[in-house]
Amino acid sequence: MSKMSDDKPKFLIKSGKRLDGRKPDEVRPMEMTVGVIPNADGSAMVVCGKTKVIAAVYGPRELHPRHQVLNHKARVRVKYNMLSFSVEDRKRPGPGRREVEISKVLSEALERVVLTDRFPMCAIDVFVTVIQADASTRVAGLNAASMALADAGVPMRDLVVSLSFGKSYDEKGAGHMVVDLEKEEDNWGMGDVAYAVAPALNEILLLQMDGDLTPEEFAKGRQMADEAAKAIYDMQKQALKAPYQEGSK
Amino acid sequence: MISNLEAKRIRDAVASGTRTDGRGIDDFRPIKVETGVVAKAEGSATVSIGGTSVIAGIKMNLGTPFPDRPSEGVLMTGAELSPMAHNEFEAGPPREDAIELARVIDRSIREAGVMDVSKLCITEGEKVWMANLDIYPLNADGNLFDAGVLAGMAALNTAKMPEYVDEQVVRENLKKQVPVAHQVVSVTFARIGDALVVDPTRDELEVSEARLTVGVCEGKLVALQKGGDGSLKPEMVEDAFKRALKHSQKLLKHLK
Repeated sequence: MSKMSDDKPKFLIKSGKRLDGRKPDEVRPMEMTVGVIPNADGSAMVVCGKTKVIAAVYGPRELHPRHQVLNHKARVRVKYNMLSFSVEDRKRPGPGRREVEISKVLSEALERVVLTDRFPMCAIDVFVTVIQADASTRVAGLNAASMALADAGVPMRDLVVSLSFGKSYDEKGAGHMVVDLEKEEDNWGMGDVAYAVAPALNEILLLQMDGDLTPEEFAKGRQMADEAAKAIYDMQKQALKAPYQEGSK
Repeated sequence: MISNLEAKRIRDAVASGTRTDGRGIDDFRPIKVETGVVAKAEGSATVSIGGTSVIAGIKMNLGTPFPDRPSEGVLMTGAELSPMAHNEFEAGPPREDAIELARVIDRSIREAGVMDVSKLCITEGEKVWMANLDIYPLNADGNLFDAGVLAGMAALNTAKMPEYVDEQVVRENLKKQVPVAHQVVSVTFARIGDALVVDPTRDELEVSEARLTVGVCEGKLVALQKGGDGSLKPEMVEDAFKRALKHSQKLLKHLK
């Protein structure tokens, strides 16, 4: 283990200010770009603070192995993967249990918004690659994945907007809800939630939590996340339009 | 997969001394090198050669030395043909293409003694630094070998050593360079008809009879790999050596 991550901070939030200076309801600076992988049918890069992910979509295309073919709709298959050097201690290449689980919940989140019945027997493959990890990689990956699908022209009910929220302790040990967790908050926080919504449909598509939260705390966090999601949703739409706007290449 | 028409177009162009993308037989595509792209890595780089782009990163970890080399660290090179980079790459454990790519890059960099592994020893026979160099294509359009070697070298050249303090690895505020003794580049050719084109695109590789990668270190050949199910004529190999030495000078400039 590396040295830094062994030292528990005295607080994660103090007088309404987080370790990196953010307010509780403030997300990290984000950057979104589509079309970053020319070979792919659609692609997107999302940078959120020090977390950086790329999603590439191939499909709809023929599905292999054939026994997985669904006669009435396409399969949305997400493969979440981390570069070996995207984390502090080298990650062994290849998917472990964590990657397999994340791939599953991300596939399911996207399955709901993609009009899969338009492409029976096909696969829509989404490769989510974490280039640099500083917490909240699955939600950044999901944001990128939904943008990559839109960039590929895959018909969808809505974009998926995703972010994390959780509970951070102050210098007295009391919990405060915060959105978009960074590394220290993720490591030491009192609870973290991976959350995704389809804003136009008002539906929740991803929900995972560990830690302990009261229902009231969850409601507060979710409300903050929904508010932050609006800005992310706008950024996604902006980034998707950018290549078609005047002055762009 | 490539259509018969496109394959013919490529062969005809090469036969008349040019390429479908307008290059001459002995021209590389534009090269771009960017280092320090992943802060979590001890060293990292992205390299693009035309439409091919790869990312390379170094992680330094503790390990046990090989019994026959108790005072030397170890450099290990891996490559994964990430499925995001091309629609014919599949997820899953590396197959023969990825393993060949990794081993050729490894041979060029490791066997040439690029890293001074004698400086990576912590306790003889017990504890040494293991450098993991991992290379991933981001977008594959041929010649992953040369892009991979260049990215690997650029990452190594900018890599910083973690410190070993109180039996722990400290990766904060690193200053000391990873010991690099030599600079290596590789130059890859594809045989199409009677011509040997340098820096082949993916389509060119697909119509080619054979491929040849030449690793060059300070004016010497350090690694060779022939690929493809066709053959090379002896005079082609000699020609490739001469041209590889010439190209290596230009490629080395990207490592400065």
